Amino acid sequence: MSEPLVLAEGVRKSFGSVEVLCGISLKVDPGQVLCIIGPSGSGKSTFIRCVNHLEKIDGGRLLVDGHLVGYRRAGNKLHEMRESEIAKRREDVGMVFQHFNLFPHMTVMQNLIEAPTKVKGVPKQQAIEEARALLKQVGLSGREKAYPAELSGGQQQRVAIARALAMKPKLMLFDEPTSALDPELVGEVLDVMKELAKGGMTMVVGTHEMGFAREVADEMVFMDAGVVVESGKPREVLANPQHERTKAFLSKVL
Amino acid sequence: MTQKAVPLSKDPTPRDPMPAAEDLVVVPVRHPLRWVAVAVVALLAAMLIHSLIVNPAWQWSYVQGYFTDHQILSGIVVTLELTGLAMLIGIVLGVILAVMRMSPNPVVSTTAWAYAWFFRGTPVLVQLLFWYSFAYLFSNLSIGIPFGPTFHTWDTNSLITPFVAGVLGLGLNEAAYMSEIARAGLLSVNAGQHEAAAALGMGRTLALRRVILPQAMRVIIPPTGNETISMLKTSSLVIVIGLNDLTGAAQTIYSQATFLQIPLLVVASIWYLIMTTILSIGQYFLERRFGRGTRRTTQQQRPGQRLLAKLRAQRHDDSAQAAAGV
Ligand SMILES: Nc1ncnc2c1ncn2[C@@H]1O[C@H](COP(=O)(O)OP(=O)(O)OP(=O)(O)O)[C@@H](O)[C@H]1O
Ligand SMILES: [Mg+2]
Repeated sequence: MSEPLVLAEGVRKSFGSVEVLCGISLKVDPGQVLCIIGPSGSGKSTFIRCVNHLEKIDGGRLLVDGHLVGYRRAGNKLHEMRESEIAKRREDVGMVFQHFNLFPHMTVMQNLIEAPTKVKGVPKQQAIEEARALLKQVGLSGREKAYPAELSGGQQQRVAIARALAMKPKLMLFDEPTSALDPELVGEVLDVMKELAKGGMTMVVGTHEMGFAREVADEMVFMDAGVVVESGKPREVLANPQHERTKAFLSKVL
Repeated sequence: MTQKAVPLSKDPTPRDPMPAAEDLVVVPVRHPLRWVAVAVVALLAAMLIHSLIVNPAWQWSYVQGYFTDHQILSGIVVTLELTGLAMLIGIVLGVILAVMRMSPNPVVSTTAWAYAWFFRGTPVLVQLLFWYSFAYLFSNLSIGIPFGPTFHTWDTNSLITPFVAGVLGLGLNEAAYMSEIARAGLLSVNAGQHEAAAALGMGRTLALRRVILPQAMRVIIPPTGNETISMLKTSSLVIVIGLNDLTGAAQTIYSQATFLQIPLLVVASIWYLIMTTILSIGQYFLERRFGRGTRRTTQQQRPGQRLLAKLRAQRHDDSAQAAAGV
């Protein structure tokens, strides 16, 4: 059995006096898809953001690809990482946001090649070719010269996925990638994500899309009020929830 | 509709049957006050033009004669150089100060705050005089370690010429104002943009340069255009430190022949107007350049086409109005 790509042990996070994550433990093996479900405010986004250090954890241990997130260990001392080291780690972790966050002043192509060329030093021509292949993969060939504002929400989110993939990450984080979309656009984004999962990408997905979770996830966790209430195979959790809170939540969303 | 409704037409029949759509005539809203305004403005303009033509004190022949006088022209060069250099210092230092102001390090952010506090809190005229008399304060300037060895020493008077004093005075003062403008611009960029850049492995500096600043520019440029236009005129304050900019040149000429005062002030004003007009046009193009990607600009045509379209629309309006007998 290979080492897990994401390993959380009792991860805690507070905003001021409010504890938002109260000891989250879970793991994601390479090639697996983990879906995090749970009511609004349960801490899904916060946990996902902790994984690439957009939020700093206050307790517990969080490892990505065997490395502590945000710290360097030397003996029994943990040194906080410098900005540049954190940035370096993030290269291996792609992230897709609820509100796309494409760079509005750049064309689709510029959005895709910006980080590979400027961060990784990939030659421009090579980056462009790789970007074309990615655009084809997300079904947006020929839209390279468009600006984000000229695309629909679904198209923007697919560009955002391609932009994250352009860094060739080992892990992809999705923070409710379809909740800002009109219902008829959700499908096209989920299809891209399904293909990605089939291709063997390791993914952590915070989502309200139970159908997607059932079909694609290898593992599912139900979070509520900052704790993992229940976890398991998605079919089992969805069909046969063990806890009252899970039952209550599922009865509302299914 | 109820019976109480005010009848739309003068037709006294109580139930006015709705005519077919193509028979309906749209009557535009009348603006009687506009015509009063037009009359007042026209009267004032006529009085001004009358004075310009009839009053001999304007001395138009001298205006023409001195318009391209070599002193005036070299004054313009000084004005442009001062404005350009001062704005360069102002913008670069202003952006740096704005970034410093937003730094998580309290020493850095307080320094930026204190800078703005000082330079905005004292008149630029005083600052100019201060830089001009810098030599009284420090007759020599040297690079070295305090209380330790010095590496090089300059004579202040040769280093800070009146021109350098002018550029420093105007530029450092401008930086204080530009820092606030740049800060507003940086704050206008959505937090999601910082996060997206970070998530792609971009460092703070790279993200700032490639993602945040270009977007902030859209907010920064219009007020910066204002500042530049304002600087063009504020730079005339350098006459107090003996620099011959455009205003200075005009003053030098009429100080030898007082009867030339009005015509030379007119010459200077016309040149200032020409320069500010050119700057406004430049600002328009810069705004377009940095507006890329917003819905408004992506759907716009090139400026030439836009102007044509506008003229065409106008002609259309005019002929429509003519047809309507307005
Ligand atoms: N930056 C912040 N400062 C203060 N509180 C925050 C911050 N970010 C999140 N929170 C709080 O943390 C809690 C968990 O938020 P989080 O966004 O992780 O929930 P979520 O499960 O993603 O919910 P949703 O489904 O609505 O996205 C919420 O109560 C929220 O108000
Ligand atoms: Mg969320």
